[in-house]
Amino acid sequence: MGTIQPRLEGQASDETTLVHAAKAGDISAFEELVRRYDRNVFRIAQHITQNREDAEDVVQDAFLKAYQNLANFQEQSKFYTWLVRIAVNEALMRLRRRRPERMVSLDEDIKTEEDSMPREVADWAPNPEQLYGQGELKEILGKTIQGLPPSFRTVFVLRDVEGLSTEETADALDLSIPAVKSRLLRARLQLRERLSKYFKNRAGGDGKK
Amino acid sequence: MTCSEFLKELTDYLDDTMDAQTKAELEDHLQWCHNCYVICNTTKMTIEIYRDSDIYELPDDLRSRLRSAILTKCKGHEHKDQP
Repeated sequence: MGTIQPRLEGQASDETTLVHAAKAGDISAFEELVRRYDRNVFRIAQHITQNREDAEDVVQDAFLKAYQNLANFQEQSKFYTWLVRIAVNEALMRLRRRRPERMVSLDEDIKTEEDSMPREVADWAPNPEQLYGQGELKEILGKTIQGLPPSFRTVFVLRDVEGLSTEETADALDLSIPAVKSRLLRARLQLRERLSKYFKNRAGGDGKK
Repeated sequence: MTCSEFLKELTDYLDDTMDAQTKAELEDHLQWCHNCYVICNTTKMTIEIYRDSDIYELPDDLRSRLRSAILTKCKGHEHKDQP
């Protein structure tokens, strides 16, 4: 069985030059960095906040904060990882504001391993995404990931949607590598479990474990 | 290898970040355990579906509006000096 290959943007080569120019006050260099990463930051913000208006604010505030603090960026990580860290913090802050009744933290480690134990083991249709129209599919995927605790969906989005490495994700979220791995496994298994009811092969499913 | 042991290694297996011996043990388990095969396959599909479906795309008009707002704000602010 094949493994998952990370989605690489391949844009690192001249990033350092752009960052140095932006640090020296070249606004067009910073504009290029915005152009490169605004889609990613919006996606991350929308996944965490689950609110379009908040995601728009996060994009603006994260880039502004990055610009203002460029002098403090020590370049020990990639600019993108540093930017993601700022964006995640902004997004979590907005989520906490909207849900003051609930503690929202990346440190939360909800329930036990039991919540991720697979129950549904029916195989899926060969091309499950073709079972639904594009709009319906997006709705299913959005609704499903929304059901995950913020700490799980943030790790899943950074690792599996945005293609950050485990180390970069740990760095961006200020988590240990084992914590990232544990949350990622549980996020993947919980999403798989929830998607199974939409995608299972109705012709040949063989029931429960 | 038991199914629980397999499950614990699933993330490293899918990300191909494990030593050759553990990988061989996992693949041996997959040969005979149908449930783990299905779980592994459908977890892989889960990741691919999310990666390939841009559920939160940024429309062009919103993108240019945001970009222009960011640049206007940046122009109005200086970099903060290093402490």
